[in-house]
Amino acid sequence: MKFRLNVWRQGSEQEKGSMQSCELDEVSSDMSFLEMLDYLNETLISKGEEPIAFDSDCREGVCGMCSLVINGQAHGPMKATTTCQTYMRLFPDGSEITIEPWRAGAFPVLRDLIVNRSSFDRIMQAGGYITVHSGPKPEPNSVPINQQVAEESLDAAVCIGCGACVAACPNGSAMLYTAAKVSHFALLPQGQAERTDRALAMVDQMQTEGFGSCRNYAECEAACPKAISINFIGQLNREYIRATAKPCNARGQMHAQ
Amino acid sequence: MSRTHFYGTLVGKKVVVAVSGVILFGFLLGHMTGNIKVFLGDEANGVPKIDVYGYFLRTMGEPIFSYGQMLWIVRIVLITALLAHVVTVILLAVHNRNARPVRYAQTKRIAATPSARFMMWSGLFILAFVIFHILHLTTGSLDPKHFVQDRVYGNLYRAFHNGGFVVIYVTAMVFLALHLYHGIWSLFQTLGLDNPDRNKRLRMFAALATLALLLGFASVPLGMFLGDMPEPPNPANLPPPYGGR
Amino acid sequence: MNLDPRIPDGPIEDKWENHVNHIRLVGPRNRPHYRVIVVGTGLAGASAASSMAAMGYKVDAFCFQDSPRRAHSIAAQGGINASKNYRNDGDSTYRLFYDTQKGGDYRSREANVWRLAQLSTQIIDQAVAQGVPFAREYGGMLANRSFGGVLVERTFYCRGETGQQLLLGACSALAQQIHVGGVKMHTRSELMDIVVVDGRARGIVVRDLITGEVTSHAADAVVLATGGYSNVFNLSTNAKNCNVTATWRAYRRGAGFANPCYNQIHPTCIPAAGEHQSKLTLMSESLRNDGRIWVPRKKGEQRRPTDIPEEDRFYYLEERYPRFGNLVPRDVASRNAKEVCDEGLGVGPTGRGVFLDFRDAIKERGHDVIEARYGNLFEMYKRITDESPFETPMRIYPAPHYTMGGLWVDYDLMTTIPGLFAVGEANFSDHGANRLGASSMMQCLADGYFIIPSTIGNYLSSHPYGEIQADHSAFREAEAGVHALTDKLLSIGGKTSPAAIHRELGHLMETKCGIARNKQDLESALKEIPLLRERFWNDLAVPGTGAQLNQALEHAGRLADFLEFAELMVLDALTRDESCGCHFRTEHQTEEGEALRNDDKFAHVSVWEHKGTDQKPEMHTEPLEFEALPLAQRNYKT
Repeated sequence: MKFRLNVWRQGSEQEKGSMQSCELDEVSSDMSFLEMLDYLNETLISKGEEPIAFDSDCREGVCGMCSLVINGQAHGPMKATTTCQTYMRLFPDGSEITIEPWRAGAFPVLRDLIVNRSSFDRIMQAGGYITVHSGPKPEPNSVPINQQVAEESLDAAVCIGCGACVAACPNGSAMLYTAAKVSHFALLPQGQAERTDRALAMVDQMQTEGFGSCRNYAECEAACPKAISINFIGQLNREYIRATAKPCNARGQMHAQ
Repeated sequence: MSRTHFYGTLVGKKVVVAVSGVILFGFLLGHMTGNIKVFLGDEANGVPKIDVYGYFLRTMGEPIFSYGQMLWIVRIVLITALLAHVVTVILLAVHNRNARPVRYAQTKRIAATPSARFMMWSGLFILAFVIFHILHLTTGSLDPKHFVQDRVYGNLYRAFHNGGFVVIYVTAMVFLALHLYHGIWSLFQTLGLDNPDRNKRLRMFAALATLALLLGFASVPLGMFLGDMPEPPNPANLPPPYGGR
Repeated sequence: MNLDPRIPDGPIEDKWENHVNHIRLVGPRNRPHYRVIVVGTGLAGASAASSMAAMGYKVDAFCFQDSPRRAHSIAAQGGINASKNYRNDGDSTYRLFYDTQKGGDYRSREANVWRLAQLSTQIIDQAVAQGVPFAREYGGMLANRSFGGVLVERTFYCRGETGQQLLLGACSALAQQIHVGGVKMHTRSELMDIVVVDGRARGIVVRDLITGEVTSHAADAVVLATGGYSNVFNLSTNAKNCNVTATWRAYRRGAGFANPCYNQIHPTCIPAAGEHQSKLTLMSESLRNDGRIWVPRKKGEQRRPTDIPEEDRFYYLEERYPRFGNLVPRDVASRNAKEVCDEGLGVGPTGRGVFLDFRDAIKERGHDVIEARYGNLFEMYKRITDESPFETPMRIYPAPHYTMGGLWVDYDLMTTIPGLFAVGEANFSDHGANRLGASSMMQCLADGYFIIPSTIGNYLSSHPYGEIQADHSAFREAEAGVHALTDKLLSIGGKTSPAAIHRELGHLMETKCGIARNKQDLESALKEIPLLRERFWNDLAVPGTGAQLNQALEHAGRLADFLEFAELMVLDALTRDESCGCHFRTEHQTEEGEALRNDDKFAHVSVWEHKGTDQKPEMHTEPLEFEALPLAQRNYKT
């Protein structure tokens, strides 16, 4: 197969970038999208040119490292699939492919297609945890958890933190990410003590990082490689309203100290 | 720990948009119900029923409130809601613009409905229309030749025998419907009232409510223009306070 | 080299408790003065960093990914073992110990394995308290499933992404500690060297992968949690960036490397589609319950698999192992697949693959039953290969998956360099010559949550804190070494990309030091690796500079270490002239083709000591003692 690639090239965060084009021939339809880029990079390297920088690691759709907006779609054309699991057979031979990095103020481009997603980590650090230290803990079966509740919590917890929701959102909003994280804990009995403070803190941090607001477009859900439902955004809104309705959760604060 | 106050956060702002939206949506339902009284004809004394309704709006709350006071209270609530809605949305829009300083070279939308994508434009159009509408049929300053204070039926009759006004009003209602279809569904999401079991029904509700408002509102100008509606009575022949003295 | 494992006294079931009772402690007021570096933020690293920080130690955590949560532990699928005995099926600490020891083919240290089994239950308690949403039964109790070759149901799971959930749990604890200032997190930072002063580990030198800046970080102890080295095979189920660099640099600084030849091969992976393949994807082993494995009987078969009649199909496992058929143990299945492919019967574009056919299962049980059982796996397979297992047989091939070898550690998880610890897959661990399914996460978390937070105090308390700072000359020297290496890699100016050389190394290792090994191949590999290394240093192309984000440079640096490590791995495989667990020397097998151990000569840990560049490393041994469980021949046939 043969493709014309339009790729965003940028030297560093401080430099200006631009779209650049190249032709790539002899692409196998069995190549994954990233293997196609590997192949392109190998040819660039052996010509002494700088390869295209892009993030990837596990290449089986779970680490959340890979990104790329392909032909205007975060993680490419296939539903509920990461870029690393997107295959070249999905693209018509001879077609033109546009490859861009995630675009958001909170995800500055570091080089070419690599962005800095530490804003996501800071949202987590603001409250995305249950404060427990390592050591003996109560017998887990002493607190039964309804099977469906556990499953729903897991539906949220499968988020791989890739940032496709932000990339796909016309507003660059991180609501789906934050919602998944808040909901994962809010649904479980273990998460109750810090429930109020968690919702307030994570929503605050999301704003501080400069993510946009949610307008319920549902583009995030469509782009999410784990197909996380925007129902969790409803849940986050509910959590936030609930948290502001009772700003002083004495039990939660005791626990946090 | 110090936290950003409610309105300071993105979620808080969205809640304000949603709550003000609920108020405005409620107003629209009432307004539309009032409007279609135009088709109910006249009271026995010859006063169009919609004129009676108009008089009720101005006198409601009596004797605790004097003439027109309650209506102004409602208007102030509505203006406040509208201002909160519009100002908050503008603040969010500015914030959102900054959330993506560099645009994509290519974007492809998959999930967002046209209704969702053009919320801003439909909203701005509706805002302009509301101002136009108030000047046209509340203060009458836009077309004073055909406007008589408080004669609701007559004013509608005269306005909507002008094809230009009909086009403007019907177009505005299409924009309103576009705005509401996303807005109504969205407010459930924003207020956290959705859940997977009810989402289908919420979408359905949004569609039905939108359709009802569109048909209800558009029926008045279209009915006046296309239908065979009776001419307004001569005010002089009506009892007070509907014209005669 | 001092290989005293320092195993505590007493009966095996009391050793850990005795040890904890008598361990030297650092008082809570003193802990904030001690600085500990943790490299790697997978299950072991994240749990160690957060646990130690929660105790009060000042922790600096490093990872090369953009977020601690992306470490490759996240890809572990199946589950985590714990001897909770929730199923009332006779599970106990002893049984888990027994299964692990037997599974490891009696090549692990008994005291460690027992401790692992003991701590397994606490891991589940800890994870649940952190909010890990394990699968539940309808009554709200934790669910269990059975896993790989054991007789009890003790595996806890979260769908097929248990690793992800456990890592998110550990990383949430890490996030909490970052929030309160207990941990300082350094992302996109790659370890380049370990600094040893007066025989003790004092810190590390890292390269910032964004700016290329090389910085030094001093500490009172260094914990390596940097995972395994399966990527020496180039193609493995490991993440693309997994590497041996941290443990290799530790080895070069004097840490003993134990059992490098032990690496586990997983039998059911999707085969490589061609030269371009960048990694291999694991498919659940449960597929073997219903699929039949075969290859065409004659070489160069051109017919479509569905057109090949029964008599021309070679169901080699069913023919060779009538009792177990397609359900023979992992290593037997892997070896046989390799053999038939070596004979030229392999299928698929590369000839390295065998069929896993569901035709008969679909016929027998119906399409719907098979779809219910394997629907999501079939879908994943189709996404990758564009073939539907409902219509045509799946193709599978074994792939390197996990490495049991690693840095030698004592009972306190300290390497032979005092102050340098290794946890998780990075150490030579508790899995002997083969790891049981669902045990890797157990070991990582036992190390990180419970063992290292206790044992590190044993070391720290005997030394004053902050003795050496990052301005010490040893750090300058190490930094200079890093710069020199970078400059060397950048100045070769050849034509071959790091990826191309890595591919060659992988091919060499796979054919000569892979599923089945023999003296001749290993000896020839020992000759070929230095030649490849020479090509690397003469013909490598790395564009760009060292002062920028440069992925080719990162790859080249990691590959340079793999090229050295590979030689040690082959040497170890050659020296261990027996078969045990996953290390299969074709010269040593039972009549049934099982691994044949030589306990008289090889019931030990082989620990290699670096003797200088281009010098032959020296092998030391730690003899293994078997008191709780006497040696027995592994036998899965009866």
